[in-house]
Amino acid sequence: MGLREYVVRRFLQLIVTFWAFFTLLFVLFRMMPGDPTSMFILDGMTPEQREQRIAELGLDQPLYVQYVEYIRQLLTGDFGQSFIYREPVTDIILIRFMNTIVLMGTALVFAYLIGVTFGALMGWWRNSRFERGGIIVTLMARSSPEFWVGIVLLSVFVFWLGWFPSSGMRTTGGELGGGFVARYGSLDFLRHLFLPALTGAIVYLATPTLLMRSTMLDVLNADFIEIKKAEGLPERTVLYKHAARNSILPLVTVAAIATGAAMGGSVVIETVFNWPGMGREMVRAVNNNDYPVAMAAFFLMGSVVILMNFVADLAYVYLDPRVEYE
Amino acid sequence: MSTGTTSPIDSATSTIGNGIDYVRTKLEVFEGDRLGQIGLATLFVFLVIGIFARPTTIEFLNLTIPGIAPHDPGERAVGGRLESPSAAHPLGTTDMGRDVLSQVIAGTRVTLLVGSLAAFMAVFIGTNVGLVSAYFGGWVDDVLMRITDIVYGVPFLPFAIVLVAILGNSLVNIIVAIVLILWRSTARVIRSQVLSHKQRPYVESAQAIGAGHLRIMYRHILPNVLPLTFLYAAFAVGWAVIAEASLSFLGFGDPNMLSWGEMIYNVYTANAIREAWWWVFPPGICIMLFVMSVFFIGRTLEEVVNPELRHQE
Repeated sequence: MGLREYVVRRFLQLIVTFWAFFTLLFVLFRMMPGDPTSMFILDGMTPEQREQRIAELGLDQPLYVQYVEYIRQLLTGDFGQSFIYREPVTDIILIRFMNTIVLMGTALVFAYLIGVTFGALMGWWRNSRFERGGIIVTLMARSSPEFWVGIVLLSVFVFWLGWFPSSGMRTTGGELGGGFVARYGSLDFLRHLFLPALTGAIVYLATPTLLMRSTMLDVLNADFIEIKKAEGLPERTVLYKHAARNSILPLVTVAAIATGAAMGGSVVIETVFNWPGMGREMVRAVNNNDYPVAMAAFFLMGSVVILMNFVADLAYVYLDPRVEYE
Repeated sequence: MSTGTTSPIDSATSTIGNGIDYVRTKLEVFEGDRLGQIGLATLFVFLVIGIFARPTTIEFLNLTIPGIAPHDPGERAVGGRLESPSAAHPLGTTDMGRDVLSQVIAGTRVTLLVGSLAAFMAVFIGTNVGLVSAYFGGWVDDVLMRITDIVYGVPFLPFAIVLVAILGNSLVNIIVAIVLILWRSTARVIRSQVLSHKQRPYVESAQAIGAGHLRIMYRHILPNVLPLTFLYAAFAVGWAVIAEASLSFLGFGDPNMLSWGEMIYNVYTANAIREAWWWVFPPGICIMLFVMSVFFIGRTLEEVVNPELRHQE
């Protein structure tokens, strides 16, 4: 199978995966306890009004009609109205999606920068005290759930040292308004960003560190490293220019997958730090039976995961010409 | 069924013998591996604490073993609420005046239960899917692997939150939600391993003497991929415990089974996180230590599965 054929096949697979994911969402959210009108009954809705509301939402139609209508709405990006905010879901969720991307993006960039360096050094100084200690520290970070790392950082940097604010995205209100620069450009914002991003960085650090270390060990066993050393190149040049560079390849695919996985982690980190992102919104929506918002958040997270898995597969075959297509 | 030359009894005893040898070789790996030993010891301590957390009565011996927990986790202390550690309450009390140490000890059980059940079921499903998929190939493989791909597209925690919201937040439902996602990695890895074993001569000879599909799959191929299954089981325990803790922390835990994650959720909802360090840190440290112990064991098993790693170090 050639590269082109592989890409086409993988693309078709992507579509099937998306369709299955849409269907899963439909089934899950139809199974949710109570119907969308149960939230309004408290407002003193009469049975007639209730009937009318159900008809408005199209819930009196047969399931397959609802299903087709649902797919059409998803494809046009229409998620309906929030039961709680009484606003279009798209308006509510998009801005929070941006906040989540900024937070988790920062966390992942730091995780991979630190992880790659740390892992490369661990591979370079193998069998040293540095390597053994490094492995323990890395496994410790990997064994901690996100909320636990967040709480430790909160206790040290906020409650004890008082260096950072404990929650939110900025000191004054209006967390959701303003343009891009106004929202993410200020020093105040960076002070709020630091701890949640550090939490994510610590948790996601383990994978690149351990992977970088083990590929470094492979590369360092290769003959060309011995040759470079024999040529009399300084150690540092061999490490950076030859060993580390050749070890970085497998990390690209893992990074794409980790980006998808970080979507799930955002739920916890945002709850700990009260970050006005999509994950926290999803928890709130599920707790308040605000199903349209919960569904939209779930939809966006799943879409990022699926797209990132797709990118990872393509990057893998593109970057490593030795790969054989199944 | 195949009619080999060995009688059923012979093969049964040799299986037990192989089993003992197998366990012995597995334990030998832990010799000289400090981290693996620490992992085993820590896990053992948690096991003992979990089993003897509450008073246990063995009926036919008419024997009652006192529990390790000094108090009933739900009992309200006479003293006060949010008390810092003292002789009566080594880890202080909660906002309801309950003993933190007893809650941590009782929470060990929940963690052990979730970790072992979820990991066992996930690995059981994953191994079978991988085995069947690779052995039969063709459309069976296609269907099973597409399902696996789809499960890879589902974000873990959000899915678990929604499922628990639908089914109700009991421990069983939490375990089901975890298992439904966690089996996927085992399925993929076992499949690729079985694919390579399928080509080997021993499978061909088994076919030649007329062994059936089930026999080849479960008697011939499975034992060869079992080390990998154990490795993934160790990691699955860790991921399951982290997932349960995270779900409970978000408030989707089982209210009748107080877990470590739920304790921290309680600290949060009581707004006590700033002052009550004795209430936050013990459950958090326990989660970390428990998951570390299984990851350390996993690392040691990894060297069994992939001997190249051993030579490198």
